[in-house]
Amino acid sequence: MMPSLIIEIGKFPVEFVAADPVFVDTLRERYSGFTTDSPSVSPVRFSVETSPDPFPGEERIQMSRSDGCWQFGRDTFHAQWFPEKGCGSIRQTAGITPIDNVLRVLHTLLLVRRGGFLLHAASAIRNGKAFVFSGVSGAGKTTLSRMAPPDVTLLTDEMSYICPDRDVYRAFGTPFAGDLGVNGVDVSAPLTEINMLAQGPRNKRELLSPATALAALLRNILFLAVDPEYVRLAFEAAYRAVSILPVYRLTFVPTEEVWEMIS
Amino acid sequence: MNDIYVARSSAVAARALDKEMVVMSMRDPTLFTLNEVAAEIWQAADGRTPLSSIVRDNICVKFETEPDIAYADAEALCRQLSERGILLLSDQPI
Repeated sequence: MMPSLIIEIGKFPVEFVAADPVFVDTLRERYSGFTTDSPSVSPVRFSVETSPDPFPGEERIQMSRSDGCWQFGRDTFHAQWFPEKGCGSIRQTAGITPIDNVLRVLHTLLLVRRGGFLLHAASAIRNGKAFVFSGVSGAGKTTLSRMAPPDVTLLTDEMSYICPDRDVYRAFGTPFAGDLGVNGVDVSAPLTEINMLAQGPRNKRELLSPATALAALLRNILFLAVDPEYVRLAFEAAYRAVSILPVYRLTFVPTEEVWEMIS
Repeated sequence: MNDIYVARSSAVAARALDKEMVVMSMRDPTLFTLNEVAAEIWQAADGRTPLSSIVRDNICVKFETEPDIAYADAEALCRQLSERGILLLSDQPI
């Protein structure tokens, strides 16, 4: 039997099966805190094959769908996923970065069908409630995460996992780390608000109008598939989120005092 | 004045929020936020009502603007949105 590893994010497990046990051990170390031997549900299963040669393709991920099969890849990997069959395959160059790409793609596609999304955002739990801090690279996601007080549980400093759960949204921990370089914690909590980050001369928080909130959220949702059905689902997921959750513009000075506004 | 007809593209996702409208093209996906006036035109763009009627009945009445100026602004807006692929324009009903 070939070695394998199950990586579970947001209670959705993905199993990677590879011939090389060193590769699997490296994955186990990279995704520490998010691996399991007893998944919540039956995992999607990917076979992984390594090739020494680069793949024809661009530096950014390209995706397409036909006959019930998603195909995605870039210059370092090609992957196929059959959602109905619950399995897929990956051919990739050496290293584990392609697996991170595959996980991000897979979770964007899975989440959108559940009304959720991956968001360019840091997120954290304080007093049993989750807070999201969204922004493009350089907006301050990692800076804010680094300054978090000890009573804060960091879910991620880079890519937040937001999913509806009955009549609330929950934010889950992810192993998608930014400059902080550490995995989030694999826990979740009800999401109470979304903050769009901006840095400025003083700390302040302003409630955004619904249209501004929706546009800001859509700009920061991880969009990988230019597929009409997928785009429509993602749009509706964002619309539902801003209909339920308050969205603020959080302007902050990069000091610890900003956390006094977050409780 | 040569009137034009305008229709919303089917390749978009759109939602009205308060008086504004957020529209996303499903081709790229590019995002547009329409203000109150633009949202009014967008929602009335059924492909059958001439733009002059939309301006007269929806814009001039609600926003108290001069018809000629309002029409020129509305036509310019519609041509911009058409160039971005989220609105269809024709000199006959669509």
